[in-house]
Amino acid sequence: MATVELKNLRKTYLTEEIIKGISLSIEEREFVVFVGPSGCGKSTLLRMIAGLEDITSGDLLIDGQRVNDVEPGKRGLAMVFQSYALYPHMDVYKNMEFGLKLAGMPEAERRAKIEHVARTLQLEPYLHHKPGQLSGGQRQRVAIGRAIVRNPKVFLFDEPLSNLDAALRGQMRVELSALHRKLGATTIYVTHDQVEAMTMADKIVVLQKGVVEQIGSPLELYHHPRNLFVARFIGSPPMNFFSAIFQGGDAAGSSVQLRDGSTLHVPVTSPGLLPGTKVTVGIRPEHVELASSGPNSGVVEVIERLGAITLVHVRMPDGEIIVVQTDGAVLTDVETRVSLTLPPRNCHLFAPDGLAFEACHRHPLAA
Amino acid sequence: MQAVFEHSPPAGATARSTKRTGFLLLSPSVLILLVWSIVPLVMTLWYSVQNYNLVDPTLHGFAGIDNYWYLLTDPDFLHALLNTFVLVAGVLLISVGGGTLLAVLYDQEFFGRGIARIMVISPFFIMPTVSALLWKNLMLHPIYGVYSAMMRAVGLTPIDWLARFPLMTVMMIVAWEWLPFAVLILLTAVQSLDGEQREAARMDGAGPIARFRYIILPHLGRAISVVVMIETIYLLTIFAEISVTTAGGPGVASTNLPYLIYSRALLQFDVGGASAGGVVAIVIANIVAIFLVRAVARNLEA
Repeated sequence: MATVELKNLRKTYLTEEIIKGISLSIEEREFVVFVGPSGCGKSTLLRMIAGLEDITSGDLLIDGQRVNDVEPGKRGLAMVFQSYALYPHMDVYKNMEFGLKLAGMPEAERRAKIEHVARTLQLEPYLHHKPGQLSGGQRQRVAIGRAIVRNPKVFLFDEPLSNLDAALRGQMRVELSALHRKLGATTIYVTHDQVEAMTMADKIVVLQKGVVEQIGSPLELYHHPRNLFVARFIGSPPMNFFSAIFQGGDAAGSSVQLRDGSTLHVPVTSPGLLPGTKVTVGIRPEHVELASSGPNSGVVEVIERLGAITLVHVRMPDGEIIVVQTDGAVLTDVETRVSLTLPPRNCHLFAPDGLAFEACHRHPLAA
Repeated sequence: MQAVFEHSPPAGATARSTKRTGFLLLSPSVLILLVWSIVPLVMTLWYSVQNYNLVDPTLHGFAGIDNYWYLLTDPDFLHALLNTFVLVAGVLLISVGGGTLLAVLYDQEFFGRGIARIMVISPFFIMPTVSALLWKNLMLHPIYGVYSAMMRAVGLTPIDWLARFPLMTVMMIVAWEWLPFAVLILLTAVQSLDGEQREAARMDGAGPIARFRYIILPHLGRAISVVVMIETIYLLTIFAEISVTTAGGPGVASTNLPYLIYSRALLQFDVGGASAGGVVAIVIANIVAIFLVRAVARNLEA
């Protein structure tokens, strides 16, 4: 198994820089997920690591060796593609054998290896089927098997589950996690699906426009987003934001004045910020509490009942909408007036430049 | 049509009457096709068993299998048959082999690729007679030809290609005409190859040659068989290039079956003998077609 290190990696295509200096180190056995909106450069970054795209500048180290100019086949990596990219004219066995054969492995050894992997992935009955005769999930497993037989130092996955239907995707997600635990291989996984990122990753790298927005464990990203972008990107339904005026702060927290004049005391530090500055308050829908009366009231505009939970969209007096996630059995109806409670410990404050204020206390699960 | 009829009940009077209407509607086109193909065939069959010479009206009447006997025992016929197959096989080899390599080449990114693609396709748009004349007089002529000038420039004696290597030269001219067709079909086939498959092969450690051998060539299988089938049908009937350049000569060195039939009918005015040759050509074309269609159908199924 191996470590991967990216040092100020850059990629320029024609005149446009699409990867703007990414540094990152991936530990042995770690499951790292690159996540971000489409066009953020996550696939390009993965392909640069694979060797399918040239690196314009910076260093890529695998196990401490610089591999910028090493052929993709010689980097000791294996990749699972979004379209699976199985060779259609070869059966499952030959698909898995192709890389081993090119590497000059003896026939008996190849056979033993392929049979072992096929057993692990329950592909034994299909070894002599062509990819065209297999279902989506089976093709997916063949693609993973083709990667495993090569015994790579690092596994690369490029949105491998996006072609599967929702039920199968959930199942393959669990299988992939289990497989990673069993093989203990360093894995880099690209996805735009935050559920995949949250459930599988040891470490998530959030990318936007070729820049790393934040690197951290899934719960670190959830509880302590570094900036507005990460706060908005992680979590579903997305975090509510509204503006407020910064009043002042100390070691115990910062005070902000909300639009309706009430004051909120949030346990975050605010070094060097002048009172009177406009800041953004963020709170996740699942943390807002609903009350029938009190301050901070608004009118319910839409109710989405999902069974276990209910999403209540509340129109505030200043025109902004705040989404509240609450119990599935809540009786509130549209057009009624409700009051919202914002627990200060779950609020986030963002400075005008979008960066989050440091929390006074780290969440125990995100230490 | 099919979609309309799908909704009608499958059995009973309605089905029978729709079937009859269908036959009625189809019959004019079927009739025209029958007349179009059957009448010439029957006439050829009829003439092939007749003594019929355009310049000798005294010679007429039923000939039995005499026309066939003369044809099949004529050494020129065997020669022409052999030439036909050499021509077809040679042109196929050059155009499909060269076409595959060019298709892979033109799939790469390089400066001026658009213009290069148009230029490699352009010979296909030139009429066979024109391209044969171009090669004969402009390129290969022993005195005025471009190649002769090039050979003289480096101190070599020009070769009279059409006299020394008539069949090979005709083959080259025809291959030049058909190479663009192969490139066109194979290039679109190469372009339809999934980019991720090539990348997967690269990740598997396959170099350019291994990728060509194990990924691109199998992907091109169908397109190649289609090119072979279409080209074979046309190549069996090459005529204009031979007529314009060598007129089948010297002797019968570049005579193929179509040209032999032409010379029997319109140079020797032996309609009976030429018709016998035509019937033999039909039989050969059908044998080839059966094998080809089978091979291609098997390839297309996979």
